[in-house]
Amino acid sequence: MAEEQYPEKWGMVIDQDICTGCQACVTACSMENNIPFTGEEEVAYGRGMHWLRIQRYWEGEYPEVSPTHTPMMCQQCGHAPCEPVCPVFATVHSESESINLQVYNRCIGTRYCANNCPYIARSFNWFDYEVPAPMNYYLNPSVTVRRRGVMEKCTFCVQRIYAGQETAKKEGRALRDGDVVPACAQACPVDAIIFGDLTDPNSRVSQAARSERGYTQLEELGTAPRVTYLKGGGTYGG
Amino acid sequence: MAAETQSIPTVHPAAHDEEEDHRDQLMFDPRPREEMNHMVMDAMTHTTPRYWLAVGILGAIVAVCLFGMWGYMIATGMGLAGIRKPVYWGVFIVLLVFWIGISHAGTFVSAILRVFKAEFRRPFTRAAELMTTFGLAAGALYPLVHLGRVWVFYWMIPYPNARWLWPNFRSPLVWDFLAITTYLLSSTIYLFLPLIPDLAMARDRTTGWRHFIYKTLSLGWRGTEAEWFRLRKAISIFAVAIIPVMFSVHTIVSWDFAVAQTAAWNSTIFGPYFIIGAILSGVSAVVTILIILRSTMKHMDYFIRPEHIDALGKLLLVFSMAWGYFFFNDYMVSWYGGYEAVRQILTLHASGPSAWIWYCMLIFNIGIPWLTLWNKKIRRTPWAMFIITLLINVGMFFERYTIIPMTLGHQRMPFDWGEYSPRLPEISIGIGSLALFMLLYLLASRVIPLVPVWEVQEGQEAHSLRKVGKTTVPSVAELE
Repeated sequence: MAEEQYPEKWGMVIDQDICTGCQACVTACSMENNIPFTGEEEVAYGRGMHWLRIQRYWEGEYPEVSPTHTPMMCQQCGHAPCEPVCPVFATVHSESESINLQVYNRCIGTRYCANNCPYIARSFNWFDYEVPAPMNYYLNPSVTVRRRGVMEKCTFCVQRIYAGQETAKKEGRALRDGDVVPACAQACPVDAIIFGDLTDPNSRVSQAARSERGYTQLEELGTAPRVTYLKGGGTYGG
Repeated sequence: MAAETQSIPTVHPAAHDEEEDHRDQLMFDPRPREEMNHMVMDAMTHTTPRYWLAVGILGAIVAVCLFGMWGYMIATGMGLAGIRKPVYWGVFIVLLVFWIGISHAGTFVSAILRVFKAEFRRPFTRAAELMTTFGLAAGALYPLVHLGRVWVFYWMIPYPNARWLWPNFRSPLVWDFLAITTYLLSSTIYLFLPLIPDLAMARDRTTGWRHFIYKTLSLGWRGTEAEWFRLRKAISIFAVAIIPVMFSVHTIVSWDFAVAQTAAWNSTIFGPYFIIGAILSGVSAVVTILIILRSTMKHMDYFIRPEHIDALGKLLLVFSMAWGYFFFNDYMVSWYGGYEAVRQILTLHASGPSAWIWYCMLIFNIGIPWLTLWNKKIRRTPWAMFIITLLINVGMFFERYTIIPMTLGHQRMPFDWGEYSPRLPEISIGIGSLALFMLLYLLASRVIPLVPVWEVQEGQEAHSLRKVGKTTVPSVAELE
């Protein structure tokens, strides 16, 4: 596994100041990662499958209300609470990308990881979700189609990370900033999602993460998330 | 017994009451061994059409509601159950904790009371031990029922495999798996050891298929001095050894929650809190079952008396108070900790949409026991105790329901808050596992001598009334 060591530490910055809550990232994520559509009833019951969702909180009293949009996905924690509780090592830290991955084939569906995730970032396959005939063409061949009874979650589009690394290798060069773009960042019309290598101090993501508006979600838990949010509104503009 | 106790002269009425309690539980109306053997054998072999009707109905419920529904759920998906996004664990895990809790009764009543030489335990140790084994059998289903992919459950077992993969020993679920297996094995052995002389007794008094079973199971017991010596030694070793196993099992079950990062689960008091809760619900279930046995099986009113239920009722009152203390402690420490997410959850327990569950829990576990169990008359009325102990178990079910789905529904991100309510599979499988427990118990009641005759006889030999000065006191001779 670990023969090929890549030095990158992937990270993400989400600028809440310019996020409009348009859900383009949610759609792109679903298409990229073969996330099934569970239907109106199931979504209403709280079983929508999302690796990424926009949390919308209202601030202020009517009529002076303003929404805050928080795109929420797996935070790729450095100390991930989901990892130690899995009895079968189905959720593990990958050595080469140093991100938190879900091994679908190993998962037995105890759902403990999802209970222990403070960000509620995980989705469970309650059923085998069918993809009706012409729609099966949209399935991404680089991503496993999951069956019922397994947990899944955001992978930082690990298939795109691999593709980027391989392209760079083929061209005989090091990875450049912007070689790897996950589906959500690619789809964002206002460029509120920035993705890149945190070990490179000059990458866009590193520069953005150093902003004084930056914070991480539920910092007090010590999960060391890899996603930094840039606070919007108030004294910081917006 | 009545004739003997009444003839004792009254010295101090108040003090006398206390003494009488002591004497009452000790069965001072011994009967010859052969007569007791006969009574137990008669109770065991006597079946009525009503019994077979009950077996048939329970068997059908187990087949349809438990295995039928479970099979359908395996084939279709976990989504049939009511669990949803923030509440990933629901009634299945509640029932797991509930049944494991029930299973603590056997060890508590039998082993702890045996080690502390509480003499009143003698007639019903077996009934309690059987509850342990069958409670575990019902409880051990749930870790499997709740798995998304139950067909690969064995990946949790540490076994050598081609991929060199071990289970994750840091996961509380693996601890759980190991603890429950250990407890199931050791409690079965602990059930079996004191059963050997009774099986031999049954072997000598039966013919046909029963004789064959008892002959095999009694391991050639003849009742020689050496055999008794070794048996007593083995039982006393096991009685001491199984107590830490019992405490560890429910502590580890509580760690499923306490080790997690989930707000209001990560409470350090959960270990003892769960154990006290388990003993409370387990001892209640013992009382419930003893009352059923007493009213449905032949000759059981000789062995199981209101005095025994009275003694267990006092234990229940103590444990209800202890439970109340830990419940209060859990809330107080959390409140003192001042973490906003926990405060929010604990407030929602009492004020959220499912608050009635929380209040019922308090009424059934604290209100009713504290108001009734201090009264000797109530403690000695079987039907009243039947209702009270049943309600305590309902209350304990609600306690686990509060801890699991009601806590999971309101975690740190209000955007994801959600209410959970069980759907058909949870209700059906829950009823099915209750039927499974009752069915196993019903079948065992006609195969296994439910009263440890040798222990009762031993007690009757050891207990005597002695005159000390002007008063009569019960005395217990040391046999071991």
